[in-house]
Amino acid sequence: MQYWAIQTLNSLALGGLLFLLASGFSLIFGLMRIANLTHGALFMLGAYLGVSVLKLVPNLWLAALAAGLAVAVFGFFLEKIILRKLAGNVLGQVLVTLGVAFIIADFCLVVWGGDPIPIPTPPALQAPVRVAGFIFPAYRLAVLALAIVVALALFLLMEKTRLGAMIRAGVDDPEMARAVGIPVSRLFTAVFCLGAALAGAGGVIGGPIMSAYPGLDADMLPLALIVVILGGVGSLLGAFIGAFITGFVYTFGVALLPDLAYVILFLPMILVIAFRPRGLFGKFAA
Amino acid sequence: MAALQIKSLKKAFGGLPAINGVSLEVAPGERRLIIGPNGAGKTTLFNLVTGDLRADSGSIWLFEEDITRQRTDRRVHRGLARTYQIITLFPKDTLEHNLVLSLLGLSKTRWNFFAAFDRNAMHEEARRVLRLVALEHLAGRPLAEVSYGEKRRVEIAMALAQKPRVLLLDEPLAGLSREERATVKALIAGIPRDVTVVMIEHDMDTALDMAERITVLHYGSVIVEGTRAEVVADPKTREVYLGH
Amino acid sequence: MRWLVFAALLALFPLAGGEYYINLASQIFIFAVFAASINLLLGYGGLATLGHSAYLGVAAYLSALVTLRLGAGHALAAPAALLGTTLMAALFGLIALRATGLGFLMLTLALSQVVWGTAFRWVSVTDGDNGLRGLSRPFGMDDAVSFYYFSFAVAAFSIWMMARFVRSPFGAALRGTRDQPRRMSALGHNVWLIRWITFVYAGFWGGVSGLLFVYYHKYIHPISLSLANSAEGLLAVIAGGSGTLAGPLAGAAIVMLLKNWASAYIERWNMLLGFVFVLIVVFMPEGVVPGVRKLWLRFRSRA
Repeated sequence: MQYWAIQTLNSLALGGLLFLLASGFSLIFGLMRIANLTHGALFMLGAYLGVSVLKLVPNLWLAALAAGLAVAVFGFFLEKIILRKLAGNVLGQVLVTLGVAFIIADFCLVVWGGDPIPIPTPPALQAPVRVAGFIFPAYRLAVLALAIVVALALFLLMEKTRLGAMIRAGVDDPEMARAVGIPVSRLFTAVFCLGAALAGAGGVIGGPIMSAYPGLDADMLPLALIVVILGGVGSLLGAFIGAFITGFVYTFGVALLPDLAYVILFLPMILVIAFRPRGLFGKFAA
Repeated sequence: MAALQIKSLKKAFGGLPAINGVSLEVAPGERRLIIGPNGAGKTTLFNLVTGDLRADSGSIWLFEEDITRQRTDRRVHRGLARTYQIITLFPKDTLEHNLVLSLLGLSKTRWNFFAAFDRNAMHEEARRVLRLVALEHLAGRPLAEVSYGEKRRVEIAMALAQKPRVLLLDEPLAGLSREERATVKALIAGIPRDVTVVMIEHDMDTALDMAERITVLHYGSVIVEGTRAEVVADPKTREVYLGH
Repeated sequence: MRWLVFAALLALFPLAGGEYYINLASQIFIFAVFAASINLLLGYGGLATLGHSAYLGVAAYLSALVTLRLGAGHALAAPAALLGTTLMAALFGLIALRATGLGFLMLTLALSQVVWGTAFRWVSVTDGDNGLRGLSRPFGMDDAVSFYYFSFAVAAFSIWMMARFVRSPFGAALRGTRDQPRRMSALGHNVWLIRWITFVYAGFWGGVSGLLFVYYHKYIHPISLSLANSAEGLLAVIAGGSGTLAGPLAGAAIVMLLKNWASAYIERWNMLLGFVFVLIVVFMPEGVVPGVRKLWLRFRSRA
């Protein structure tokens, strides 16, 4: 019983991480119609940057913040210098983000080497916690809590602020948004940086669970894709629900049928796509 | 048997009703004109008939066959053809190739993925149709290089090539010069009687003499319908146009 | 006519080149088939795919498994591999074509990643990260020259088949769906079916390139099913210029030569691949073949 409880918590923690990863991807895709294939690499870059920051400042949360900011800055330049120039060239944008992903991946290999680097759990959260008669690793509970906080913060941003209203308008109808005077270009940059920051910080926060290793980007990108396709493009709620469904399916899949976990992983996505091409909560079909 | 019959068709976008319970019946061989001010729902109606849009409720019948749920390409195979207000043909291809694509749409040859395709009967037929619209001399030119008026004629040729039973013309005279308009009008007048023609035009004066019966749409509903004389005489028609 | 001359030159090549270059040429032929099959979707169908390495990889794995585990010969393994790959393409096409454009791209990517992940994890079948080794070539063609002629013949046949496909009535309709899909529907074409058939056909030829691949290397590893491999194929098409028959072939040669040259000096091929992507997309979006042709025409008009 304890085993299943642990697996449930693992699912929730993974779901939380996937939400941090996929929410940015979904927003970028929804607003800018860019399938940002660099996203997995940004997650990994964040994790590796976190490793280095931790050597100076042994505080995971500060490292996550620093990594998130650094990755956001990288995203700023990527969007402004390259992606902006390719506006309207959808395939070009995809290829460029893919190219940049490869560059980041090899860069990380050169700088941090080929061995996986574990990221230590913050000491305060190392002791296991007793909840409802079960014993849980405290850190995973923290990840879940953090993901929920971030989800709420994003929800408030989207629903209660001007910036959020502009983003929503842009997702619904970019032409109209421009016509009404919404500064779409600046919005694009802001959203791209936000998405990158979430991915980068997510990499650090996921560190104690996943470590930083070469190939982390290739592992995370398809998960982000599945979450967004399943949950629907441009929808935070979709990213949230999709992340947790995916977290559960993956964790239990690996536990029950490790050989075919990857096949089980994409079954919900196929089922949803077959009946609803726009995903569960998508604003439009991808 | 009606060539085209629309029964209580409804379509709304968000909360906005674009087509509000439209019913009409076009007899075989008839020349029907659908007019109405901008936003009346004329093109939306065409889009519903061709299947580019799905109706919320109501039904569409082509020679007493219910096509309401059919895919667009299936309706073409049942004898429906259409021209578009905005020209969306194939600019990099020659006029002849554009017409070949139209002819292929109904031909079994389109599934042949092995035979070479260069010179054969289909290309001869394409030229024949171009001759009908007096454009055969431009058959080898890319579509992008011909004039707007000539493109409009190609649009009509694309539809006629399929020998449709019902032909929908969406503002065939839009943007044409006086001379070009006369050419296209003559072309439309020359369409054989085994083709039923339903035409949308925005400019009432231009199109009146092309029609036998006229349907006036306003805000997605039929306001007036009848023969040319009846519609012209009806005060509601004037109101709809003068109100703008 | 140009093609015949070119083919004749290629046929005589082994007399001139050393073993290293003959092997390199064989690899180019294999990659050319792979790139050409991607181009059916991208250049002629207007459907960018990032999941094509799945077809190369699955055909390779199926061939390896049938010969290794069932002890069968290539006469059985090859058709079995191609059948399996084509069925997978048919299934994946059903899923991926629920969307177009970016959605299609993401679905092809996700599906291919699943196959890749399964190749790694289903260790009992695929031996995971070790890959499958100790494979054989058909007709015992272990020397470079005979394999060169074999891969040349298969590649030439494959490309000829794909050329006939794009030049056929179906190919004309396919190009129509690339340029104006809604209009094609309005003309009576079943756009979805046209795309699905093309998807399956492209998957089949991707499988053929996979067979050549596994015969050449006598080894298959999950890395051959990776996104990077699909991206390399896509790069070859883009570099050479999509929408022409010659483009992917030239692109395949360019990418292969670049890879071989670069690996002597640079350890990080992926980084170079990434840079090349960015540079080509930003500076030479039409690809090398059209770019060179333009330069050639400008040169001629000046002379």
